[in-house]
Amino acid sequence: MSTEVILEVKNLVKHYPITSKGIFFKKEVVGVVHAVDDVSFSVRKGETFGLVGESGCGKSSTARAILYLDPPTSGEIYFEGREISRVFKSKNHQEILKLRRKMQYVFQNPYASLDPRMTVADIIMEPFVIHKHVPKERGHARLYGLLELVGLEDYHAERYPHEFSGGQRQRICIARALAVEPKLLIADEPVASLDVSVRAQILNLLQELQQKFGITYIYISHDLSTVRHICHRVAVMYLGKFVEIAETGALFNSPLHPYTQALLSAIPVPDPENKRCRIVLPGEVPSPINPPSGCRFHPRCIYAKEHKCIESTPKLVDVGNGHWVACNKVNKG
Amino acid sequence: MAPKEILKIENLVTYFYTWAGVVKAVDGVSLDVREGETLGLVGESGSGKSVTALSILRIVPRPGKIIGGKILYKGENLLEKTENEMQQIRGKEVAYISQEPATSLNPVFSIADQLMEVIRRHQKVTKEEALKRAVELFRLVEIADPEIKIWNYPHQLSGGMKQRIVIARALSCQPSLLLADEPTTNLDVTIQAQILELMKNLKEKLGMSMILVSHDMGVVAGMADRINVMYAGRICEVGGAKTIFSNPLHPYTRALLEAVPNVAMKKEKLKIIRGTIPNLISPPSGCRFHPRCDFAVAECAAAVPPLVEIEREHYVACIRAKEFMEDFKRVKR
Repeated sequence: MSTEVILEVKNLVKHYPITSKGIFFKKEVVGVVHAVDDVSFSVRKGETFGLVGESGCGKSSTARAILYLDPPTSGEIYFEGREISRVFKSKNHQEILKLRRKMQYVFQNPYASLDPRMTVADIIMEPFVIHKHVPKERGHARLYGLLELVGLEDYHAERYPHEFSGGQRQRICIARALAVEPKLLIADEPVASLDVSVRAQILNLLQELQQKFGITYIYISHDLSTVRHICHRVAVMYLGKFVEIAETGALFNSPLHPYTQALLSAIPVPDPENKRCRIVLPGEVPSPINPPSGCRFHPRCIYAKEHKCIESTPKLVDVGNGHWVACNKVNKG
Repeated sequence: MAPKEILKIENLVTYFYTWAGVVKAVDGVSLDVREGETLGLVGESGSGKSVTALSILRIVPRPGKIIGGKILYKGENLLEKTENEMQQIRGKEVAYISQEPATSLNPVFSIADQLMEVIRRHQKVTKEEALKRAVELFRLVEIADPEIKIWNYPHQLSGGMKQRIVIARALSCQPSLLLADEPTTNLDVTIQAQILELMKNLKEKLGMSMILVSHDMGVVAGMADRINVMYAGRICEVGGAKTIFSNPLHPYTRALLEAVPNVAMKKEKLKIIRGTIPNLISPPSGCRFHPRCDFAVAECAAAVPPLVEIEREHYVACIRAKEFMEDFKRVKR
């Protein structure tokens, strides 16, 4: 793994407007969902960067904003040193395609992200048609190469998605993403809908592909045990903000933010004799429409009172060895 | 003296008659639940865990049918009861918590109505009294402002809250046996921790027995006293929670445990189980796991291995179990 940065995100903000209902009247914006609020991070070449958090914390919104699937409200995203929103805004079709080729997305639900009326061959070869990087006569050879790569057989090419199991479909999605030889692959909960035994197969496949091609991954998940297994660095999100970024080992062995600590202690461990003291968080995640003031975690945090977290918003601060934390308690001492 | 059994299932067979053929979802399952214990029922999707739970209440959806076997609840065979008698048992004696709290609550009735319906169905009380009890139940499952929240409709509540209400409804008539079918699958980890903690406390408080159906080895490890591992409609291993996790003897149990990434301990590569779950219309002959098993021998395909007691309270359905036990003892020495 090099220290070269492939993707840099600066002050990314993504707000979704809530409009009033109405067919005849003009729609008015009545509120804003603060999905992602001022997030900055960088991803190094060849690493797996994990994005962790509970549902609704803005993991997927961040990923979609990076790929410009939902244009960010504000902030800058640099991919290989180039500001991507400038490329997308230029409406230069060739440039956009070039950029899209380098960044690919594997969606959470393999049942919904494959066109049911296309055969596997059509699905995987569609990128060749769009990007024209593989000449027509070599298309089929590449197709079989890709199928082999993800552990499928040649005869699968003529089948339709409904003939496959969830694990196999996810393999097809990965093959489709790899068809354009991307530099960055965003995997959005790629194993969430799969069974345990199949989950292990897909995780191993992702690791093998990374070793072979040096692809950079952004791995999004709410399942911390798979994150620990596959990621090099992990960022923990809560209500649209990063609360902690660290190397995987450091994060799991010595989490600093109270939310990370609670999150880690909440994971059930498959060992009945492991009696850890569990931190059970009170209450639920607040609404991102009106996020709490100050530190967004303060209504559920046991340290909030003594550190005036209601008023002061903590900043992400480096506490050494690339371990960043946004917490008033940690930052003060 | 052996502990008293509250439920004993003998050779339960439940088939689904579909147009494609007969799906042998549950094929000869025997298990027992002792008074006051939590029995974990573990397996991948399609292994027949849920169908077993539904069979106990005789609410297997069509085209499913219970073909044979005995379900002895407090010594009485539930399969010989009339529909009217069953209605007295459902909810009052044996209660069921389904996997999806969102779909098991009626969207057009308030929570109060739905709780009162169950209470008044089984107990002769006035409306006022039923409401009072419903509010008490809300307190029991630790929901804040019960007097106000009880008049809410399901769409006004979060997933964790709905699951609490489903639990409250299941407990409303003080059942002796609770069937919890993946009660926390759709919840976030921190909320999952809350719900599991709550269920554990309530079980102690009310002295119930419980069958916990789950695919998550971590959840089961933290909750169950004894564990039954299911694969393709049959039980392959039964034992105390500690035994199952420290000394799994059936190759499937072992593979399942090795395929789970563990937060407490990083593994280099996850072990995978070859192939996929068999089609239950034409399941493999003999031991149903043999096509995927690393230890299979010729005899495995020939005959169905019976559940044999290998050590005290530890039953394994594998012809090579004794051999594995010897290996385990040798390693231990």
